[in-house]
Amino acid sequence: MSFDMSYDRPALLAEAERQFTICNACRYCEGYCDVFPEMFARRAFAEADLSELASLCHNCRGCHYACQYAPPHEFAVSLPGLLATARTVSWERHAWPAPLARAFQRHGLALAAALVLGVGALFWALSALGGAGEGFYAHLSHAAMVAIFTPAFLFPLLCLAMTARSYWREIGGAPLHPRHVAQALASAARLKNLSGGQGQGCNFEKGDRYSNARRWAHQAVAWGFLACFGATAAGTVLHYGFNAPAPYPLLSLPKLLGLPGGIAMTFGAGALLWLRSRAEAGLSDARTASGDVAFTALTGLTALTGLALYAASGSMLQAPLLALHLGTVLAFFLTAPWSKMVHPVFRLAALIRHAQRQER
Amino acid sequence: MTAGADIIADRPWDVVVAGAGNAGLCAAIEAARAGARVLVLEVAPRHMRGGNSRHTRNFRCMHRGPMPPLTGAYEEAEYYDDLLKVTGGRTDEHLARLVIRESEACMPWMAAQGLYFQPSLSGTLSLSRTNAFFLGGGKALVNAYANTAEDLGVQILYEAEVTGLEISGGRAGAVEVSVKGREPVSVPCKALVLAAGGFEANLEWLKEAWGPAAENFLIRGTPYNRGRVLRLMLDAGAQSVGDPTQCHAVAIDGRAPKFDGGIATRLDCVPFSVVVNREGRRFFDEGEDVWPKRYAIWGRLVAAQPGQVAYAIIEARSRELFMPSVFPPVEAPTIEALAEKLGLPPAVTAETVARFNAACRPGRFHPTELDGLSTQGLDPPKTNWARPIVEPPFLGYPLRPGVTFTYLGLKVDDTARVQREGAAFENVWAAGEIIAGSILGQGYLAGFGMTIGTVFGRIAGREAAAHVL
Repeated sequence: MSFDMSYDRPALLAEAERQFTICNACRYCEGYCDVFPEMFARRAFAEADLSELASLCHNCRGCHYACQYAPPHEFAVSLPGLLATARTVSWERHAWPAPLARAFQRHGLALAAALVLGVGALFWALSALGGAGEGFYAHLSHAAMVAIFTPAFLFPLLCLAMTARSYWREIGGAPLHPRHVAQALASAARLKNLSGGQGQGCNFEKGDRYSNARRWAHQAVAWGFLACFGATAAGTVLHYGFNAPAPYPLLSLPKLLGLPGGIAMTFGAGALLWLRSRAEAGLSDARTASGDVAFTALTGLTALTGLALYAASGSMLQAPLLALHLGTVLAFFLTAPWSKMVHPVFRLAALIRHAQRQER
Repeated sequence: MTAGADIIADRPWDVVVAGAGNAGLCAAIEAARAGARVLVLEVAPRHMRGGNSRHTRNFRCMHRGPMPPLTGAYEEAEYYDDLLKVTGGRTDEHLARLVIRESEACMPWMAAQGLYFQPSLSGTLSLSRTNAFFLGGGKALVNAYANTAEDLGVQILYEAEVTGLEISGGRAGAVEVSVKGREPVSVPCKALVLAAGGFEANLEWLKEAWGPAAENFLIRGTPYNRGRVLRLMLDAGAQSVGDPTQCHAVAIDGRAPKFDGGIATRLDCVPFSVVVNREGRRFFDEGEDVWPKRYAIWGRLVAAQPGQVAYAIIEARSRELFMPSVFPPVEAPTIEALAEKLGLPPAVTAETVARFNAACRPGRFHPTELDGLSTQGLDPPKTNWARPIVEPPFLGYPLRPGVTFTYLGLKVDDTARVQREGAAFENVWAAGEIIAGSILGQGYLAGFGMTIGTVFGRIAGREAAAHVL
């Protein structure tokens, strides 16, 4: 089965309207996820509606396998591929600056190149700047790290904020209320939209059988990422607030968060890539496949190199692993506004909007 | 691929099941759980498996108290009473009560086979007490059951058509099967469960009762229900039940595909319309009642019109009063222009609408209840929702009869065993639509077909397994 879904915006919208009209007359899938109640509340679909539904869809594929009109039925209804294509178009449209999104969303090679550049830059920094501290600060000073990573973190954050603002405007978002944000975060924390509606999971790697494997793997990465982020934040606080620079002992907040976080991220990313290799083709946007794979691999690599660096502390491998890890982190952050790392921004916005609409 | 031939030749099967719809899979699962080796023959390819079960969405269930997602209670007496109303008494009370009573135990069993239920869908609130909806609909049910069956070791063979039954002295010895159009082969079996549906997709057979008009019928469900197994059994001396000349037909969007359009092609706009035939004239009271009560009469009404076609004409204010159809309405600024677009005689159509409008009376129009807003001095009258059709744009939908199922079937006893003159077949059981005419002899009760299929499918599977083990 193949879907040659057009990136042409009017053609894509027309195809979406055609399929949504069939869904609207059937409604059997109402219980799977948040997409359907939003879809059924509308009778006509503008590009903004498509953009909103696209990010609400988490590609669980339940509706496809349950659909009596799925290809080769002549009605040819298959939302997962359609909405994945709509996400590509929508995310690229709101990315800032947009051309970079085309590069990183669609080309795994671009991310690989960013990785090579990032690692190269760090090797250069290590050799050129050096350091005079303890642990890995012996190779690169804390000040140099801050000088590199502060802008490398803040600039992507600015870009993501611009993207979020643009998307929020398109989907007609109302002023934020903590209640709606909390509902959206609760949904994301449980990946409710991959639960199949009742916790049985999605139809990803096992075809028409339900499975929670992808949900678990994704949450390992997501929660692992947050834990690692927390570890870095804890380290910053300890460094500046308590004059306690790295390295930290095993029983310290940075290690207690970072170690399990890194392990969860590594295994989660590996599992996601494995699950992906077993999923039916044609139910996502094939043109972003290499970019998606590269992003997941980069995520896992960020954690894996961090763990390796920790394991190598004190050995002669510490310096090259430090360059490798920091270079990976640099590539991850610098490409974030245009890689699949934008997905939490769009998904959360769509979930908040959904919470707002549910109340009306 | 030779896998099919290998499977057939490989093993002596205990139970062969014809049909991988709800009833067939229920039978296969129960027989396999009892320890039987089971082969399921499905005429459709895998993606089209499940007969008309793939188009269903709910299960009508008796329950004495709240049974999530079902609310309240729905006791045997009320259930049976509902059945009597739609069938006008054309039912077998013993079998009907058996189905109703057994339905209560079926729901947890269905969930245990991997099926998920969901609350009543939007627009079907009236069914939230009586009908449990399948999450994802009937195809999800078929997926769940087929997976469970396969986990139990059941073999499901696709594109496998039953071409003959080797029956002698009331005993089935083998089934003749053609796999992927190849030369039929004989599959020996110890017991046979027939769950191969009705004959509604067999236009030649429909023509026997309806004449050439059947050529213009649309078939709402699978193109694979051609009644072959039913015919083979009747030829082998099985007793039949149900009116051979009747089928359940509703008025659906005339632009629907010939087969398999399913639920998305239904049109609920009749109560808000003026419905004319292709000559531009009205022929029945459009406001008699609302879905689902009078849903079914319109299929027959349209079938009786010239060309088996009719046209529902509504106006702008009624556009969003009914569930959307899959096809957009034809639109025009005037009735004449709309008639032109629909291929109707403009002058006659405009006059029909004008006469209807002139017969409308002032009063409160209420779309969700019988509002009593009736025409005066019009023949035929429109007895509810008679609001003049005056506000452009005017919208038109073509209507054609859409056949859901047929009533003719095999007579079974309460163990699902197929009956013949003076005796029962020794090792042949049947379940699902192929026997539904015993219980649902006329009319239609939402979700009841699935109940008959589940209850009798399970009985047939258990009985067949008990016979061979």
